[in-house]
Amino acid sequence: MMKSAPLISFVILALMGLMLDQFLNPYLQRTMALVLVNIILAMSLNLVNGYTGQFSLGHAGFMAIGAYTSAYLSTHWVAPAAIVPHLLFFIFYSLVSGCFAAIAGWLVGQPSLRLKGDYLAIVTLGFGEIIRVIILNSSALGGARGYFGIPGPSPISFGGLALNAFYSFYLVAILWVLTCFFVIYRTISSTHGRAFMSIREDEIAADSLGIHTTRVKVKSFVLSSFFAGVAGSLFSHCMNFIAPSTFSMLMSINVVIMVVLGGMGSMTGPILAAVIISVLPEALRPLQELTGQDYRMVIYSLILIVLMLVRPQGLLGHKEIWNFWRKTRVE
Amino acid sequence: MRFLPVMLLSFVSVFTLQCTKKTSNEILIGEYGSLTGSEATFGISTNKGIRLAFDEINAAGGLHGKQIKLITLDDQGKAEEAAQAVTRLITQDKVLAVIGEVASTRSLAAAPIAQQYKVPMISPSSTNPKVTEVGDQIFRVCFIDPFQGTVMAKFAMENLKVKKVAILRDVKSDYSMGLADYFTAKVKELGGEVVSDVSYSSGEMNFKAQLTKIKGTAPEAIFIPGYYTEVGLIAKQAKELSINVPLLGGDGWDSSKLSEIGGSAINGHYFSNHYTTESQEPHVVEFINKFKLKYNETPDGLAALGYDAAKILAEAIKVSGEVTSAQVRDSLSKIKDFAGVTGKITIDQNRNAVKSAVVVKVDGRVNRYVTTIAP
Repeated sequence: MMKSAPLISFVILALMGLMLDQFLNPYLQRTMALVLVNIILAMSLNLVNGYTGQFSLGHAGFMAIGAYTSAYLSTHWVAPAAIVPHLLFFIFYSLVSGCFAAIAGWLVGQPSLRLKGDYLAIVTLGFGEIIRVIILNSSALGGARGYFGIPGPSPISFGGLALNAFYSFYLVAILWVLTCFFVIYRTISSTHGRAFMSIREDEIAADSLGIHTTRVKVKSFVLSSFFAGVAGSLFSHCMNFIAPSTFSMLMSINVVIMVVLGGMGSMTGPILAAVIISVLPEALRPLQELTGQDYRMVIYSLILIVLMLVRPQGLLGHKEIWNFWRKTRVE
Repeated sequence: MRFLPVMLLSFVSVFTLQCTKKTSNEILIGEYGSLTGSEATFGISTNKGIRLAFDEINAAGGLHGKQIKLITLDDQGKAEEAAQAVTRLITQDKVLAVIGEVASTRSLAAAPIAQQYKVPMISPSSTNPKVTEVGDQIFRVCFIDPFQGTVMAKFAMENLKVKKVAILRDVKSDYSMGLADYFTAKVKELGGEVVSDVSYSSGEMNFKAQLTKIKGTAPEAIFIPGYYTEVGLIAKQAKELSINVPLLGGDGWDSSKLSEIGGSAINGHYFSNHYTTESQEPHVVEFINKFKLKYNETPDGLAALGYDAAKILAEAIKVSGEVTSAQVRDSLSKIKDFAGVTGKITIDQNRNAVKSAVVVKVDGRVNRYVTTIAP
């Protein structure tokens, strides 16, 4: 892959965003924003569940840490916009949120990743619930009522063209989506990534080859938590409101579904699945309006079941989306 | 992978399929609620009440010669879904006004969006004061929590004719603190005296220390603005300490669990509520009969509040010269003495409903209607 690929894709996506900003209505823009958040979540969980072969069920917990950190920072600590551009602030908030989540990831990962097998799933599940209950009981964070009044990035104008607030959010979001993508992509093709995958394939063999399995697993887990925290931060600024009920176990499971559906160990698979899983419930809404009955979740679940039956290895399996392009060209 | 492009294509087409062919003969009203999820009963009850109200209006010829079309979206009881649903209702379906939600959390998630796009939103039953504080587009047809304190103070002074009251409040709950403060203020205003004001934290099991302290000051009634779990235990322990004065409370008592926990000790005590099916007022009886006819069940409080929210919105549309969101908002803010099934409703300057509350007496599993207290 070219060295300038991240920059080129950023420019392309930023230009695409201009069109989205002008031609989509706010409802579709909001859906788009959620898609971007879910893409980061799916990619980061894929690092642990897909590439390192560990089963984590606590992604919502890390996301909650990020979301609340960012919400608290942006409502309590606002530096004058005149000195620092407003957008940089949101990047900074998500950076700090990611760091907080990463620290939490390290604390959880350090003891639990020493174990082999399904223990991590249970530990992370418990961790996610602990975070949620702590937030539920802390009045400084709004408790069960939720945290509201979280500011979103303010609109920017660009060469005389007045843009919506969506575009500012979009810029921050794609910056993180691309950072997440390229960091993970380059990590897995490096020595570290090879170590991750060796643990997935055979932990004992990896150990015998001199890989410090616990340390490597913790590394992967911390990186994954960092991006989950970033996604949480973006989520809070996009929704302008967060409540502990959002970050329940269901949220974690939803992310796991994205990874499994997309194909564990594929970079682009979970991205595709994240898009589908976030758009599908919204796409089925007209059905509810037409029929007056709410079969949305029934159909949604049915589609998931059918997809898993047809493609048990996930939509893309171990492959990447560009592998399919090449194949069709040869044929 | 050949099916992938096909799937994506069908996906996009479904997504762009818009079923909002707005004809000039329809007034679009949006509703969002928890039709599925853990709080589905709340959303479904409210939805039934709203549908009944709009069906009645449409059968009578609609408003301004137009039929009302209700678009209901499900939020699965999730705050983020509520925000998403309201954004869709406003920006995609372009509704005139929005009705929802029951839970204050979800109303709070959606209210800033309605406020941003200047579309009036009426919450049928979010009692948290913060909901209408979001902005001038947000209304509610239920009373706010603390108002029940005022009601019970009035009830104690004027109906029970007591002068000395005690308060046992839950320090951990905003709800309880609000009720207790309003109660104190009203008691003082009516010339009564709060002889003791003690507190507990929700989750405690033993209240004997607090009750003994209260007993020492010999009050004629005790106000306990807590939730049914603690109230049941408090009533039991009060009886054991032979405190035989009436206990008073708010709608936090409203649960079938109350008599399960409190047993016979809770019988004969009073609490305030939004509505009772035992009311004898003709329009309430009529509503209950119509509801039974349509859905074959007795309407609960949420259905009644949903019905009132829809009726008030219809009234506001009716008196508006033009059917625009801005006009409807102005008309809503001027609603006065509207005879709803949950009481006579006036919208005050903070867009909260000023209305009467009913006081009921606990009698085993049923709550007997005692009186209606006007604000």
